[in-house]
Formats: sequence, structure tokens, C-alpha cells
Amino acid sequence: MVQGWIQIVLTLLIVILITPVLGGYIARVFLGERMWLDRIFMPLERMIYRLSGISKNEMTGWQYIRAVLISNLVMAVFVFVIFMFQGVLPLNPTGLGAPTWDTALHTAISFVTNTNQQHYAGETTFSYFSQVAALGFLFFTSAATGIAVAIAFIRGLTGRSLGNFYVDLTLAITRILLPISLIGAVVLIAAGVPETLSAPIVVPTLEDPTVQQTIALGPVAHFEIIKELGENGGGFFAINSAHPFENPNGLTNLIQIVAMLAMPTALIYTFGIFANNRQQAWLIYGMVFAIYLVFIGVAAIAEYQGNPMVNALLDSPQPNLEGKEVRLGWAQSALYGVTTTGTMCGAVNSMHDSFMPLSGAVMLANLFLQIVWGGQGTGTAYLFAYLILAVFVTGLMVGRTPEFLGRKIEKQEVVLTSLLILLVHPIFILIPGAIALAFADQFAGISNPGFHGLTQVMYEYASAAANNGSGFEGLADSQPAATGLWWNLSTCVSLLAGRYIPITALLLLADGISRKPVIPMTTGTLRTDTGLFTGVTAGVILIMGALTFFPVLALGAIAEALQLAGGI
Amino acid sequence: MTTQTKRRRDRKHTPKAKTAGLYKRAIRDAFTKLNPRIAVRNPVMFLVWVGTIVTALVTLDPNLFGTVRADLNQQRLLNGLITLILFFTVLFANFAEAVAEGRGKAQADSLRSTRSDTMARKVLPDGSTQTVPSTALRRGEQVQVIAGEVIPADGEVVTGMASVDESAITGESAPVLKQPGTDIASSVTGGTRVISDELMIRITADPGQGFIDRMIALVEGAERQKTPNEIALTVLLTVLTQVFLIVVATLPPLANYAHTPTTIAILISLLVALIPTTIGGLLSAIGIAGMDRVAQFNVVATSGRAVEACGDVNTLVLDKTGTITLGNRLADEFIPVDGHSMDSLATIALASSLFDETPEGRSIVQLAQQLGAALEFQPETAEGIEFSARTRMSGTNLADGRQIRKGAVDAIKGFVRSRGGTLSSELDAAYERISRRGGTPLALCQDNEIYGAIYLKDVVKTGIKERFDQLRRMGVRTIMLTGDNRITASVIAQEAGVDDFIAEATPEDKIEVIRQEQAQGKLVAMTGDGTNDAPALAQANVGLAMNSGTQAAKEAANMVDLDSDPTKLIDLVTIGKQLLITRGALTTFSIANDIAKYFAIIPTIFAAAGIGALNIMGLKSPQSAILSALIYNALIIPALIPLALKGVEFRPLTADQLLRRNILIYGLGGVIAPFIAIKFIDSILPFS
Repeated sequence: MVQGWIQIVLTLLIVILITPVLGGYIARVFLGERMWLDRIFMPLERMIYRLSGISKNEMTGWQYIRAVLISNLVMAVFVFVIFMFQGVLPLNPTGLGAPTWDTALHTAISFVTNTNQQHYAGETTFSYFSQVAALGFLFFTSAATGIAVAIAFIRGLTGRSLGNFYVDLTLAITRILLPISLIGAVVLIAAGVPETLSAPIVVPTLEDPTVQQTIALGPVAHFEIIKELGENGGGFFAINSAHPFENPNGLTNLIQIVAMLAMPTALIYTFGIFANNRQQAWLIYGMVFAIYLVFIGVAAIAEYQGNPMVNALLDSPQPNLEGKEVRLGWAQSALYGVTTTGTMCGAVNSMHDSFMPLSGAVMLANLFLQIVWGGQGTGTAYLFAYLILAVFVTGLMVGRTPEFLGRKIEKQEVVLTSLLILLVHPIFILIPGAIALAFADQFAGISNPGFHGLTQVMYEYASAAANNGSGFEGLADSQPAATGLWWNLSTCVSLLAGRYIPITALLLLADGISRKPVIPMTTGTLRTDTGLFTGVTAGVILIMGALTFFPVLALGAIAEALQLAGGI
Repeated sequence: MTTQTKRRRDRKHTPKAKTAGLYKRAIRDAFTKLNPRIAVRNPVMFLVWVGTIVTALVTLDPNLFGTVRADLNQQRLLNGLITLILFFTVLFANFAEAVAEGRGKAQADSLRSTRSDTMARKVLPDGSTQTVPSTALRRGEQVQVIAGEVIPADGEVVTGMASVDESAITGESAPVLKQPGTDIASSVTGGTRVISDELMIRITADPGQGFIDRMIALVEGAERQKTPNEIALTVLLTVLTQVFLIVVATLPPLANYAHTPTTIAILISLLVALIPTTIGGLLSAIGIAGMDRVAQFNVVATSGRAVEACGDVNTLVLDKTGTITLGNRLADEFIPVDGHSMDSLATIALASSLFDETPEGRSIVQLAQQLGAALEFQPETAEGIEFSARTRMSGTNLADGRQIRKGAVDAIKGFVRSRGGTLSSELDAAYERISRRGGTPLALCQDNEIYGAIYLKDVVKTGIKERFDQLRRMGVRTIMLTGDNRITASVIAQEAGVDDFIAEATPEDKIEVIRQEQAQGKLVAMTGDGTNDAPALAQANVGLAMNSGTQAAKEAANMVDLDSDPTKLIDLVTIGKQLLITRGALTTFSIANDIAKYFAIIPTIFAAAGIGALNIMGLKSPQSAILSALIYNALIIPALIPLALKGVEFRPLTADQLLRRNILIYGLGGVIAPFIAIKFIDSILPFS
């Protein structure tokens, strides 16, 4: 038990140490400071800009939004076409044909939105070419899109103009994602992750030499690091990071957890530099960290204590290891589960379906709140949008029109933040979830009816709308299942709405705020960089988040937990 | 306490409007507001109203929206009770608004009574007069008003001189002298009465556009436009309502799937409990009450926006005279020179001011008598010499031929020199000393002999320093403007505790100061009365004009003080802040309440799902839990009406202190209070 907790604490310490280094680096990249990587990438970038005819002019909010939408649309179409023609494209050692159109569509949308919800098994659906050129390509661009939006948002909030999307996208890839991925991939190869284009190996099994086993291979290592670093989460293999070739040992598991946390934690620090207020950044960081710790604690304790009904049969308390890799253990699985749902990565190293109900509740809460630590870039933006909402709700109580960073929070800000934070999720999680449950026989294909099934359905839409991508699983959501078409198409709506409505709102919010005059700070101004206000923000986040989803948690995970505890 | 501040304080507690029948009328209005066309203006409460109708329908037929597996009579009883509580929730919210409006209306009525339709004597171009109703008058036309008549509309005196009784609007019983050209005294207000002589007035406002009309429209709330903060808050409340609408609407499939189906009436109850009805029901009452508080201070605001802006003000630009100092200089010290004793100086000073009825003169007499001086002649035998701008001195000629004079130092020097007297440097030294201390020096002489100097001191209003301290704590900076020289200005500035001052200020300086502050992003408030203040009043974010001021000033300002007391600007800042705090506090309270309501309703209605353990309040039964939560939800509205009308108690604290205090009371209190209240209601309800 002690070993498990030590693993958790050490991992988190590493993350805290990385934060100021990486956060400072990101700030330097986007504040346009000179760095040695310039010498390598500057000529390349100049060529890209010249060939594509992109001007590096500053963009307005709508221009930035249009650039995001158009570029993402082009990428999605490109990837969809690759999928549909993968049968005739190279690097297809297993001779895979095109997937069904709805699987291709769902996968393209899922990956372009940085969600990577997978309604397929990687090794038997997509060729190496599709995995590398289509999915691997979107790993970088969707993550970079998130970073660009976050940076534009931070710029606007701190009174700067938003910048240029194409430049930000390029910088995010060349200065941040690509260099770190290169190093990370090499380390993963050294730790035992394969990186090959050779075909799967077919071997006789040890138990019975007459039975043949196919061992899937592929260019996994480079795929794996950007999967985690970019909060993508789409596995090369069906079982994702539970697969021994994606995540062979404790070291790779540690690298993956740290990679998931690196960007969203660092971006909070980057905000502190942009706002020239590191105290604000560390307070927000501390607040998220506190919620994160509570969630880890709940999940880890629940998993450690195990299933009371199983324990009663075994006659001794055992951790819940169902659906977990024994080489990783309960602590690493709980930490991974809470982290992957919190950071909107969506990679899994264990079956979330098999977690204890309270761990499931925590992971679902992560998806609902979207800020512990939140998705690549967008999570950080959400965090500050919550701060703006907290400023508005409580700021009036100091007797002034609420201000954030010296700028007034007025109608437009309230419209955008409340739309962003309060409305998108209920609409695109609760409504499709309710429809699926109302027609459970026709649509849902639930493997565990009852409270658990309710959580399975809600988790699937929450994962889509929050652009997380992890599956609670247990749903017949893959073709050729009869319910595959419903799941592919209905989640597409949540995927798109959960990605582009918030991005649009965030950029408009930042654009509007950047144009407001700055009001000087006095003793009559509400300070947001105090412990008190940080506590208030935490309260607003928990109340606003919990109020919307309390019934889902009560009728799903909590009811199930009480049922288990009651031994029914 | 000066009489002025005392009077203001009295007025605060005794609104001049009659409130008899207020509640009766409010109850009637609460029902009138059930009209869907009026109700729809408040989206949160409108939803409750729609819910009430639906629950009324399922009271009549519980199976209307699908068969209910329960005893029908029991269902009817529960649904009926829910309907009743919801109906009262809507009524309470309507009542809150009606009470606030009623108070405004009462005030408007008392104002309107001053403006009964009068007949006016319109002056035609050929010089003849024609009697027309006052409502037929147009801007630019001239009317003649003679003693005993009511001035038909706002205007400016063109010719004539008369005393006017303005008590109807200012509450000040002493009549005011009105005459043309004199900037301040030339503007007249419709509804006031001429009590002597006659005036020729040029009308400056069309009927219905006058000053009182605007005030009536405003306090009645008829033209009440939502303020920016109110609009933003309404957006948030509407979005929250939509969120909970989605939450509740998607609940039936979840509940059915979990084999714990529920009824439409219970879902509506949950919805009403969750949507922010408390703040939704009180929001407009808070806004109206805020305007009402301003009106009770005898200030007319042109918009609610202006009142709200008061809370946001960063800088107050204040005139020294009348705002910071009393406006009259008073004798503080006698400084004898050239070997004269204090006694002889005091005796001369007393004699010099015997006939001087100005406050300065009377203060000199008072100081001299304090020093033991007595008259050494019969007052009837002496002759008073009045002050004139040419001589710049005043005094007394005694029967024995002695001439005593006091006045500006160089004027007295001239007087002495012309009578062959000699001047020593001692007087100049005294002059220097007084100036350095920020006072005004007067010299005193008898015939050709200088006796000494009088130190006239500018008296800072009592309590003003503390108020500036409070403002500073709230983050409001004060800048004093004065025509005095730098030395005098700096002494007063220090004594009053202002943050900054501008000496030898011209009206142009005023607008310059405002522009400078605004360039730094600050919101500026100022007071003014003269025509040359108008540009500055217009430039300032909050401009408070004095009612005694010119029409131009009043039109440029966004508020007018009927009592012409510039110190009120400070009170307005407090009112503006209080308005915002009240709104924020009740919003926080309303949202925080939801936690308890969730914990009351969800575990009990879904008890079949085995989540009874979440019923941490231990409520008796689902029926009792729902009714308790709804009763609490309904009763909290009237319970908070007094707070909404009076406003949250305001203390001049820093933002952090205010936040801590209010979060504790309304945030934490909002989480805890409903747990206790719902548990209590549950325990007294006769449901098992």
C-alpha cells in the first residue's frame, strides 16, 4: 500500500517541478523571444508561410475563429479521404480495407477535435499509413490547435491582440510538441516500446503449439508520446495503454502520466507570465491541484479497498484489480484514470468500466468539470472562464461592477462564459444521454443494465462533449454492432459541439476583453489573486459543475456504490 | 453636526411620500402582474407561473401525462399543495416588485400634486398675453408669472425679479430670490410658486419633459430601463434557468432506466426549487429600491445607469467651497502689532464689526467678546460703513469722529497712509504668518494707526475627514479644486484629508482634471452649478448638478440634487455600491441555496434507487421533503423583501474585507440556512 502512495506522490512532485520550466518556455515561445531552436526552424517556417501564402498579420476574434474552423475542416476531410482509400494506399501490411463510412467519419471528427474517442480496434481497422499519416498528423495539429486557442485566449485576457492562428499553430508544433516528442519517443523506444513498420508476427502459443497467435506491431513509440503529450489519447492498439507494447512497464507509465499533465499544468504558469502575476497563476494551480488530489484520493482509496462483495467471497480485503494490468497495480491505474479523464487525454491503462463506482464518479466528475486540469489549451482557458464567472457572481458583493485583470465583466462576457461553461455540457451530454436511455433497447447496447449502464451511457457522451475520448466501455458502440451507427453519429454531434462552440466563445470572449479599457487597481477593486477569492472560485466551480450533474451521479455511480456497500 | 447634515439625516428616515395603503395596493398589483404579458418580462418567474398551471392540471387529473402508479387521491392532494405553493411563490415575487414600485409611486404622487395643471400667461410676439394651459407651452416660448401663481414649466428668467417658494421640490421653506443674468438664480422649476413680484420666463422644457416629469417617470419605474449590471445578471439567471430546465427535462428517461419513475408535478417542483427564483423574484425590486433610495436623498437621477455608475467611481472631483469647507471664513485669532495689546485690539475689532452682519463679521464679534472686549460707546451713536468691492473694507464711524476700519491688508494700508500714518513691517509679518497657515488675513486700524491682523480661517466641515478616509478605504480618490492660492489650498487639503488638490483652479481646469483621470481609465464624479461647469458635468461619468444651479448645468449633469448640497456626492457613491452589493449578495445566496434543495429532493424522490443515504437531513418522506423545499423556496422571497428594499448594510471597507464578510454571510449562510430551514419545515409538516 505504501509503495502505491509513494508512486503517486513522486509522480506529482515531478509534475510540479516541470511546471515552471515548461510554462516559462511556452511563454517565451509565444512572446516571440529568441531561442536556439529558431535557427533550425526559422528557415523552414519561412518556407511554409511563403508556400502556403499565409500572412502573419494579427487576427481579430472572428478571423482567428475562421482560421481554426477552416483549417480543422480541411484536416478532417483529408483524414477521412485517407481512411476511405487506405486499401490502395501504402504501408498496409495486413491488407486492411476501408472502414465503414460512419466509423471513418466518427474517427476523423474524434481525432480532429483532440478527443480520440475510438469506436474501433486500431490494429484490425487502420493501416500503418492511416495510423501515422492520418491519426499521427491530427495528434500534432489538434493539440497545437488547442494550444493556439489557449495562447490567443491568454493574450486577449491580458490585453494583447489575439495573434495569428497559423503562426501560433506552427510555433506550437515546431517549438513545443515536436521537440519534446522526439526526445520522448527515443526514451520510450529505450524503455521497450516498439517502433517498426514490419508486419505483425504470427507465433505458436506456449500452451498449445498448434494454436497460432498474431502479435500486432507497428510504429508505436513516436505515436505514444504525442498521444499523451497532446492529450490525444487514441491508442495504437484497441486496449490503448494497457497494451504491453504501448505501455510496457512502470517507467513508461510514469512518462505517460507526466506527459499528460505537462502541458495543461504548464499553461497555467504561462498565463502567470503573460499576466505578469505569477501569484495568480500559482493560486489557480494550487486550487486545481487540491481538487485533483481529492479526486486521486477518492479513486485510489476506492480501488485499494476493492469490491466489498468480492472481498466477502475471498474473505480478505483485496484491491480491485479487475480490468487492471497487474504490472501497473491499483495505485498507478487509479492515478492514470483520474489523470487521463482530468486532462482530457483519454488514454487508458485499465478498464474504467471495471473501476469501483466512486472512482467512476470521480472520473465522470472530471469530464463534467473539464478543469482538473482540462484539455490541451482549452482546459486552461476554461479555468479562467470559470474565474470570470466567479468574479461576476461574487464580484458585485464588493460594490463595484465586476472586473477581472482590470477589465469590466459585462453582458457580453457573461453571455459567452455562461454559454461556454453552463449550457454546452447539459445540452450535448444530458439530451443525447437521455435519448439513448429512453430507447436503450434500440440504441444503447448496454452490457450492464441498471445504475452501471446509466453511467456507461452518460460517460460516453461526457467523454465526447469534453473532448476526452476515453471510453467507460461496455457499450456496443463499434461497427458492425447494430447500435454502432447510432453511437458513431450521435457522439459526432457532441464531439463537434463540445469542441467548436467553446473555442468560438473563448476567442470572442478574449477578443472582447482585449478591447476594453483598463481600470486602475485600487483598494476598492476585487483582487482575484488572493487565497480567499481562489476559495470562492473553487466553490463556484464545484457548485455550478455539481448542480448540473448531481442527478446523473446520484442515479448512476452513487446509487451503484450504495448498492455495492449494501451487498445487494 | 452641522444643521445641513442633520437635516439630510432626518430626511433619510422620514420619506416625504405617504406610504399608507402601500401594502394593500401592492397585494392588488401582485395579482395584476399574473397577466402573462407582464409576467413574461421576468423569465425565471414566468417559468414558475407556467409550472403552476401544469401542476394545477395534474391536480385535476393526475394521469394527464401518463398513468401514475399511486393512490389518485393522495396524488391529487400532493399536486394540489404543490400548485398552491408555486402560486404563492409567483405572488410573493410579484408582491416584492409591487412594494418597491409602490414606494416609488407614492413619491411620484406627492410630486405630481405639486404640478396640477396650471394656466399660463403666454407672451405673444406682439407683446400681448394669452392664457393657455401649461401643457400647451413649448420650449422657447415666454410666459409671465406674477405673485401667487405657479410657474408652469422649467425655464429661465428673462426679466424681472421675484422671490420663489421652492419648498415643493426641495423641502426648503425659505423662498429663493430669482433674477435674470445671475447664472445661478436665473433658472426656475415648473411647479414652484412665485410669492412676490413678477417674472418673465423663457420656457426651456416641453411639457412632460420637465424636471419633475422626469423625476416622476423615474421613481415610478414606468420608464425604468435595466442597468448594465442588471442585464448581465439577467442573462446569467436565464442561462441557469435553461440549464436546470434541461437537467429536469432529461431526468425522466434516467429515472425510468434506473427503475425509479417520478411524476410531472415532482419534476416541476424540482425545477422550481433549482432555478434561481429568490434573486429572480427580487431583482427588479432591488433595482427600483435603489432608485428610490436616491430619490429619498432628494436627488434626481436621469437613469439607473447613473446610480450604478456611482458605485464604480474611482475619483471624486470636489469644489472646496460648500463641499469641503462651510463656505464662510471665521475669525480664529487676533494678532496685535506695533505694541498694541490684545485687549485694545479686541476692543477695536469688536467695534469694527458691530454693524457687519456677514458670518465673518459675526465671528469677529464673537471672538472679541470671548477675549473679554466690551463696547465703550453707545451703538446708536455710531454709523456702520458697509463693505464695497471698490474700497474692500468695512467698519464703523464713531460719534467722536474716530474711524475704525477692517479689510484687505493693502486696502487698510492705503487708508492709514492717506491719513498720514506710518507702516511698520510687523503687519507684513503677521500677513505672512496667516497666509502660510492657509488663512485669510484682515488688517484692522483706527484712523491712521494699525492695530493688528485678524486670522480668518476656512472651516472644514465636521466629519468630512472621516468620510474621505472611508472613501480612501473603498478605493475612491478625492481631488479638491479651489480658487485659493497654493499655500491656502495645501493647508485646507491637508486638514480635510483629500488626496490631491488643484489651487487657483479655473472652470477649464475642472474639465482638464476629469479628462486626465479618465485617460487612466478611471470613472470620475463631480458636482457643479454654474453654466461654465456644464462641459465638466457632461464629461464626468457622474455629474451631480445643484438644483440652485443653472439650467445648462442641470441638463449636462446626470443627477440633480434638489437640496443643492454638494457633499451628497459622497452619499451617492455609497448608494451605488450598496445597490451592487445587494444584487450580488442575493444572487450568491440564491445559488448557494440549491445545494440544500438538491439534497432534500433528489434522495427522497429517487429513494427507489437506494440512495436514501443521501437524505442527510433525514426528511420524513418524499412528499414532506418536496413540500418543505418548496415552502422554503416560496417563503424566502418575502423574508428577503426588507433586505432587497433597504439594501445590504454597507460598511466602508476594502474590497477584500467586503468580499470576506459577504461571502461568509450570503455564500456560506446561503449554503447552511436552507438545510436548517427545510429540516425545520419538514418537522412541522403533518406528513409522515
